[in-house]
Amino acid sequence: MTEATIFALSSGRPPAAIAVLRISGPRATDALIGMAGGMVPPRKASLRQLRDRDGAVLDKAIVLFFPGPASATGEDSVEFHLHGGRAVIAAVERELGTLPGFRPAAAGEFTRRSFANGRLDLSEAEGLADLLEAETELQRRNAQSLADGVLSRLVAEWRETVLMLGAEVEAVLDFSDEEDGEELSPTFHVKRDALQADLEQWANAPRLEALREGFRVVIAGPPNIGKSSLFNAILREDAAIATPIAGTTRDVLFRPVAIEGIPFQFVDTAGIRDDTRDQVEKIGIERAKLALATADVVLWLGPEGEGPTDAWEIETKADVADRLVKEKPAVVVSASTGAGVDDLVRQLVTVARDRMPAPGSVAISNFQRSQICDALDALRDIPASDDMLVLAERLRLARLAFDRLTGTSDVEAMLDRLFSRFCIGK
Amino acid sequence: MRTFDVIVIGGGHAGCEAAAAAARTGASVALISFDKQRTGAMSCNPAIGGLGKGHLVREIDALDGLMGRAADAAAIHYRMLNRSKGSAVQGPRIQADRVLFRRAIQDMIRAFPNLEEIEAEAAGLIFEGSRVSGVVTAAGDRIGSRSVVLCTGTFLGGRLFRGEERFEGGRIGESAASILAQQLRDAALPMARLKTGTPPRLDGRTIDWSALERQPSDEDQWTMSPLSNGRCNPQLSCAITRTNEATHDLIRRNLDRSPLFGGSISGVGPRYCPSIEDKIHRFADRTGHQIFLEPEALNGHLVYPNGISTSLPVDVQHAMVRTIAGLEQVEIVEPGYAVEYDHIDPRALKRSMEFKDIEGLFCAGQINGTTGYEEAGAQGLVAGISAAALATGSSTIPLDRANSYIGVMIDDLTLHGVTEPYRMLTSRAEYRLRLRANNAATRLTELAIEVGAVGAERSVWFAARKDAVRRVEDELQVVFTGKQLRDAGVDIRGHDTMPLSDWLRHDLVARNIAALVDTHVADDDVWEGLIEDCRYRPYLQRQDAELRDLRQSEALAIPRNFDFAQVPGLSAEMVERLTQARPETLASAERVRGVTPAALSAVLVALRKFEMVS
Repeated sequence: MTEATIFALSSGRPPAAIAVLRISGPRATDALIGMAGGMVPPRKASLRQLRDRDGAVLDKAIVLFFPGPASATGEDSVEFHLHGGRAVIAAVERELGTLPGFRPAAAGEFTRRSFANGRLDLSEAEGLADLLEAETELQRRNAQSLADGVLSRLVAEWRETVLMLGAEVEAVLDFSDEEDGEELSPTFHVKRDALQADLEQWANAPRLEALREGFRVVIAGPPNIGKSSLFNAILREDAAIATPIAGTTRDVLFRPVAIEGIPFQFVDTAGIRDDTRDQVEKIGIERAKLALATADVVLWLGPEGEGPTDAWEIETKADVADRLVKEKPAVVVSASTGAGVDDLVRQLVTVARDRMPAPGSVAISNFQRSQICDALDALRDIPASDDMLVLAERLRLARLAFDRLTGTSDVEAMLDRLFSRFCIGK
Repeated sequence: MRTFDVIVIGGGHAGCEAAAAAARTGASVALISFDKQRTGAMSCNPAIGGLGKGHLVREIDALDGLMGRAADAAAIHYRMLNRSKGSAVQGPRIQADRVLFRRAIQDMIRAFPNLEEIEAEAAGLIFEGSRVSGVVTAAGDRIGSRSVVLCTGTFLGGRLFRGEERFEGGRIGESAASILAQQLRDAALPMARLKTGTPPRLDGRTIDWSALERQPSDEDQWTMSPLSNGRCNPQLSCAITRTNEATHDLIRRNLDRSPLFGGSISGVGPRYCPSIEDKIHRFADRTGHQIFLEPEALNGHLVYPNGISTSLPVDVQHAMVRTIAGLEQVEIVEPGYAVEYDHIDPRALKRSMEFKDIEGLFCAGQINGTTGYEEAGAQGLVAGISAAALATGSSTIPLDRANSYIGVMIDDLTLHGVTEPYRMLTSRAEYRLRLRANNAATRLTELAIEVGAVGAERSVWFAARKDAVRRVEDELQVVFTGKQLRDAGVDIRGHDTMPLSDWLRHDLVARNIAALVDTHVADDDVWEGLIEDCRYRPYLQRQDAELRDLRQSEALAIPRNFDFAQVPGLSAEMVERLTQARPETLASAERVRGVTPAALSAVLVALRKFEMVS
């Protein structure tokens, strides 16, 4: 059975200036022949009219053809750069769907194909997957620098260091009665310490998952105190609303939004109340507590001092002067008039920007972090007994962790380092 | 026509172990060689064992092979390498008297009533279709068998180089078995060319020993085989000397006369055992290289200068050795030479050492691209047991990377092939913390007993050892408090109450174990092995997890007729690698060099589909 030819919108959500539709698979060129009036020269941007089967023009688009296997997915690939309107995109997608062997791509399917065809190593693939899912400029730039191989390069360096350290230990173990294999070089522990310090720094790098979820702002307080009004006020003012995740009014409502290129997730919680008998509300309250626990910032609308530690005290009734109750509110707003909301959002952006990594820096995924931590565990606190075998085993474990990151594995690589550096063997 | 279950061709280390192993399982065996007197001959250096190699000897011995006992019978010098570095990497090594070694091997071979030595040149194989059914000798005799084991060393296209001189043949003074070679070439087996070398042999009477540092034989009475009774020969010392600037200058001036550098030799030499020309060329900044002067016999004068194998012309060899301290007046008895030879790409073999495409034909030893007696003997032993199993319908021995260095070697050979003469190194074994020279019997003897490849003497010994292990395990279960330990004079902190096996994580407790329990319930080596198990337990446990994964994918067989080219998504390079290696299981496929996890999952998916279709 041949693989399906898949297509999907690979740029950000519409509407946008340009929408990029990617097509990949054995019949990708059918899209050129069927819709763009024929083949185009490979790897060159061509301006073509896209037409449906009845000859009606759908859009004037930039068309690119990347023949496999030298394409990003390793298969024949085609890109349509459309004018970003929803209607145009929908029409082109509908037309593609009618071509035999074509179907919409599942999430991450392009990346999976790239990886399956050997076009990406594991850490590049991880980065690319995140790129595809990234919804904001900040996330995209982060994921981008990762996909460019920052981590790949680093892992390659770390692996090289571990291989060299391993070669030294193996030389001592396997060639001990020869001059080159007598003991570890004086720089051995210096190099190991430096590697450990490097890994420690990376283990604490920002998590990509956090970036993807956004800077989490939870609006909390007792029932009927104006949480939902504030929530709506903030979103109405500044948010390009993305996918809302449905919930009941008594549930927790999540809204991922981008403000000034920074991903946020605003969370409206059910009123926290311990005396409810309503089962649904109880569940909602449990979820609200969970949301509070994972919040980056809590906007507390309840009685002063009764919110979580470090919560921002919010005074919501700016429009009703005699109802001001908080002595030291962080922000005073009015959901009904919108007063103060801009100011609140500005403060949130300032804080979020501080806590989010700068664009261009690299965030790591949970998988990457766990491998880095495995390598760290292997290299850290090596018992002082000077047992070369344990040292060698620790270095082997560290190498395995890096191998899992790059998806390669080879004892022979270590032996190569060993024999090229040491004059051993009688 | 006479028939046997198994015919072994070649009386070197692989051939002798193969013949003896097959005979131990009860098969009728013919061992064919040019010259019975040379059966079990050590053709190169006079040492057995060493780092990695010592493990192989202990494993051969645990499988009731010959090499360990012959080594003890012939040993004139014992040295435990890495004595201070933990027994998982200790390398027992001996220097052997060549004559005594050969004699010990021949005695053991000749003790089998079901093993017949036939002095003949094996001229060719007899085929029945694609199956081997016997051997025809140069004299025209036809000998039938179910299995044939080829252990013919470097006889394939052997060519010797010494300066401007060239000789055809396997070794100096022996003819190459060229008819059989032609037949193997005609069978279109994948072959490649390798090179190796030897140093000049020196006359010990012309060495100034008094000027040199001596290395005496070890004081303590360890042996290669637990079945041996201590030291049976007088012990000699080795000596250490080294090359110097004058040596290096001389070699540099004559590099153009070395076939290794003149382009005459195309074969690939080992990275780890370079000729002295190579060492000086590659490590130009070194001002000297160590040489071990190893005596070759009790009643002889030959000395083997380990560390200066060379293919330089004889006149240069003479001048070169005389630049070296202690060797100023030395005479060369037999100059060194380089040898280039063809070997069979071992990827053509299954893990049983049988050819994938020729039923009944097995192949072991240097012909598979390995170097060293130990590597050869170990392959021979496995091939012998497998060949007998095929002939008699019994089962073969399950050796893998997790239970033996032999398993590591065979996996490496049959999966990766060789790019240089393959030598065992402890670093090749990822599970070496559990593969120790001192627990070879625990790991392997039972497996050999199960396939009937163990003689009576070892069975008795092993039963006693199992009892000893049990007694030690009982002692290790004794619970101690921290205070009890301190009272017994072990200066340890802590207030835990736990069994001795847990306390043994502390070196201090291990060192003072005699103060805590009755250590006389078993020999030191049994204690040593079990104490190390305790010490490495956290690592061993983690490896257990790795091994579970390994064994799971080990259980997924890849059918012989599975076509990697049909796996969607595999790159051409990957298809080529996998097709060449023809892994027998998914776990093996995983270890084929350069195969990525993505490729592997593609193979897995295709494999499932393949199973459903067929």
